[in-house]
Amino acid sequence: MTADFYYGIEVVLNGLMAGVLYALVALGFVLIFKASGIFNYAQGVMALFSALTLVGIMNGQIPFAHLINSIFGTHIHHFGWHVPAVLAILLTAGVMVLLAWCVQRFIFRHLVNQEPIILFMATIGLAYFMEGFGDLMWNSEIKKLDVGIPQGGSFWIEDMTSGLGGDAFYGFFIDQLDIVAAIVAIILVIILVAFSQYTKQGRAMRAVADDHQAALSVGISLNFIWVLVWSLAGFVALVAGIMWGAKSGVQFSLSLIALKALPVLMLGGFTSIPGAIVGGLIVGVGEKLFEFLIGAPFLGGATENWFAYMLALVFLVFRPQGLFGEKIIERV
Amino acid sequence: MKKLATATVAAIMCGAPVMADLVFPSLSYRTGPYAAGGIPFADGYADYMTLLNERDGGIGGVMTRILECETGYNTEKGVECYEATKGEGSLVYQPLSTGITYQLIPRATADGIPLHTMGYGRTSAKNGAVFSNVFNYPANYWDGASIAVNHLLDENSGSLSGKKIALVYHNSAYGKEPIRTLEGLSEKHGFDLTTIAVDHPGQEQKSQWLQIRRERPDYVLMWGWGVMNQVAIQEAANIRFPMENFIGVWWSGSENDVLPAGQAANGYKSLNLHGTGKDYPIYADIQKYVIDAGKAAGAGDQIGTVLYSRGMYAAMLAAEAVEKAQSIHGVMDITPAQMRDGMEALSITNAILAENGMPGFGPEFDVSCENHGGPGLGFVQQWDASAKQWNLITDLIASDKDVIMPLVEADSAAFAAESGITPGCS
Repeated sequence: MTADFYYGIEVVLNGLMAGVLYALVALGFVLIFKASGIFNYAQGVMALFSALTLVGIMNGQIPFAHLINSIFGTHIHHFGWHVPAVLAILLTAGVMVLLAWCVQRFIFRHLVNQEPIILFMATIGLAYFMEGFGDLMWNSEIKKLDVGIPQGGSFWIEDMTSGLGGDAFYGFFIDQLDIVAAIVAIILVIILVAFSQYTKQGRAMRAVADDHQAALSVGISLNFIWVLVWSLAGFVALVAGIMWGAKSGVQFSLSLIALKALPVLMLGGFTSIPGAIVGGLIVGVGEKLFEFLIGAPFLGGATENWFAYMLALVFLVFRPQGLFGEKIIERV
Repeated sequence: MKKLATATVAAIMCGAPVMADLVFPSLSYRTGPYAAGGIPFADGYADYMTLLNERDGGIGGVMTRILECETGYNTEKGVECYEATKGEGSLVYQPLSTGITYQLIPRATADGIPLHTMGYGRTSAKNGAVFSNVFNYPANYWDGASIAVNHLLDENSGSLSGKKIALVYHNSAYGKEPIRTLEGLSEKHGFDLTTIAVDHPGQEQKSQWLQIRRERPDYVLMWGWGVMNQVAIQEAANIRFPMENFIGVWWSGSENDVLPAGQAANGYKSLNLHGTGKDYPIYADIQKYVIDAGKAAGAGDQIGTVLYSRGMYAAMLAAEAVEKAQSIHGVMDITPAQMRDGMEALSITNAILAENGMPGFGPEFDVSCENHGGPGLGFVQQWDASAKQWNLITDLIASDKDVIMPLVEADSAAFAAESGITPGCS
C-alpha cells in the first residue's frame, strides 16, 4: 500500500475523532428539542458559559470583579486559591443546574403553549444575555483550560504505525485529546441512554417528549422535567466546553462551535441521541475526506464548513427527518 | 410659556460644548468572538489620549475626546459606527478591520476624513496619489510577507532555494493579502510555496495541520486572527512542528495567541510593528496619570501587552499628526481635512519617539503624498513561554521594495481606473 492510502486512513480516523467533538455539541440540542420541542439557539453559548465558569472556579477568579472594582474603586480579581479540576467540574455542574432552574423559572414558564418560533426567539435572547452575562462575570480575556487531558499526537500510535506506507509515511497521527473526547462521548451517551430508559425521571422525560398533555394528566411535573432537561443539556455543554476549550483556550468564539452542530443535527435528526453521534461521525469523516481528496488539491482548500452543510442537505432531500429522526405524519 | 422657553434655552446652553475638542473615534470591538484582541487595542488607544489630556492638557492646548463605537468586528456595524460618528468632527478613523476598511475607503474619501489602517486594510493604499485619504504607515501586509521571508533568508545564509514554505491563512480578504507577494518572492528566491486556507473562525484545523504534517514544509507562515491563531499554534505543537520555524504576521503575535498553548508555544515567532515589553518610560506615565488616577479605559490590566502597545502606538502617531496639522495650518482646533494634511506631512524621528517616552519603539519615517505606507519595516519577536513574554530577536527588517512596489502600483492603478480617480499629488 502507498503512503497516500495510509494518509487517507489517517484522515478518516481524524474525521471520526472530529465528528465525536461535533456530536458532543449536537447532543445538547437534541436533549432539549426532544423533551420540549425547543431549538435551543443558546446551546453554543451554554458551552462557552460553562467553560468560563469552570476556568473561573479553578483559578479562584472573583465573579463580577470588574463591576465591583468600578463601583467601589477596589482592585480585587482573585481569591488567591486554586480549586482542583474535579471539584471545579462538580461546582460548575451545580451552576449549570442553577442556570437551568433560572431559565425555566424566568423564561419558559411564562411561554407555555407559545408557538415554537416564539420559544426559538426566546433562546436567541437567552444566548445574547448569557454571552454578556458571562463577559461581565468572568471577563473576556482568553483563558487556558487545563483539566489534565493530554494533548498532542500519540507517540505510541505513531511509532507502531510508522513505515506502514514506506519512508514517506510517518505513522498515524491521532491527537490524545481526541481519544479522550471519544471515550468521554461514549460514556456520556451510555449514561444518557441508560438514564432515559431505566430511571423514573428518564421515563417521565420521554413521556413529556411524546405528549405534554398526556404526561401532565398522569401527574408528571412539566416544570421539573424541563429543569431536568436543561440541566442535562447544561452538563453536556460543560463536557463540550471542556473538550473544545482545552483545544483553543476558553474564549468567546467558543460559542461558534454551535455552527458545527447544525449539519450534524440536520443529518442525524433533532430527536435522536444515537443520531447525533452517527451524524457527527458522518459529517466529521465526510468533510475531512472531501478536503483531503478534492478540497485541498483542486478547490483551494477550506471546504469543510460548506461541505458539511451540503452533505446534510443531500441527506435531507432523501430523508427530511434526518437519519434517526422521527417521521412526522399529520393526518387530515 | 415664558418659563418653558427659558428652560429650553437653559437646557440648550447646558448641553452645548463649552470648548472645542479633538475628536478621535474608536471603532472598537469589546464584545463577540474577537473581543480578546479588540479590548487591549481600544484601551491602549484611549489611555494614550487620556494621558495627553491629564499630563499635557491635550494637544496644543486642545483636549482630546475618544468617541467609542462598538463594531463587534462586524463590517456592517463598522459602517454604521462611521456614519453615526463622522458628524462629530471625527479627525481620523482606525477601522481595525480589513473588511470595514474596504467599505470606508470610498465613504471617507468623499467625506474628506482620513483613515489610518496601521498594518492592515488595503495594502495598495500606500500609493497616496490614488488613495488620498488612506494611510497605512508604518508597514502593510505585503511588507509583512517580505519581512518574514527576509528573516528566513537571514537564517539561511541568504538562500531559500529548494526550501518549502507553507502559508496558513484566514480564508478572507485579510488572509489572502500576502499570497501575491509570497508568490513573487517564491519566484525570486526559488522556494516552494504552499497556501493552506482556514475557514472562519478557525476553531477546527485538523485537515490543515495533517496536510502540513504530510508535506513537511521547512517553515510555516501564518496570517490568522482570533481563535484561528490559538488553534493553529496548538495544532502545530500537536504535530511537533518546530515552533522556531513557525512565524505569524503581527496580528498573530499577541499574548492571547500563545498563552492557551502553554509551554508548547515556546519559541513561536511573529512579526511586530513596534517594540514589546514594558521597558519604555511611557508606561510609567500611563500608570501614574491614567491607571492610578482611575481614568483607564479598561481594567488597567492590559498595559504593556502587544495589542495594548499597538493601540497606544496608533494613538501616538495620530497625536503627532495633529501637532503637525496644527503647525501647518496655524490653528489648534483642526478639521479632518487639516488632519489629513498633518498625516501626509508626518515625520517620526527617534527624537520624537524618545520625547514621547517611546525610544526605539518604532521606525523613523516620513510620510509623503507618494508614500502613505511608511518605510515597511518590522521586528521579529519570539515567545518565551517560561517568562510569559515576547522578546524582540531582530532589529527592524526592511521589506523587498523591488517586489512590493510593482504590486502596489498595479493594484492602485486598477483601483484608480475602476473608481474614476486621476492619480496625482498636488
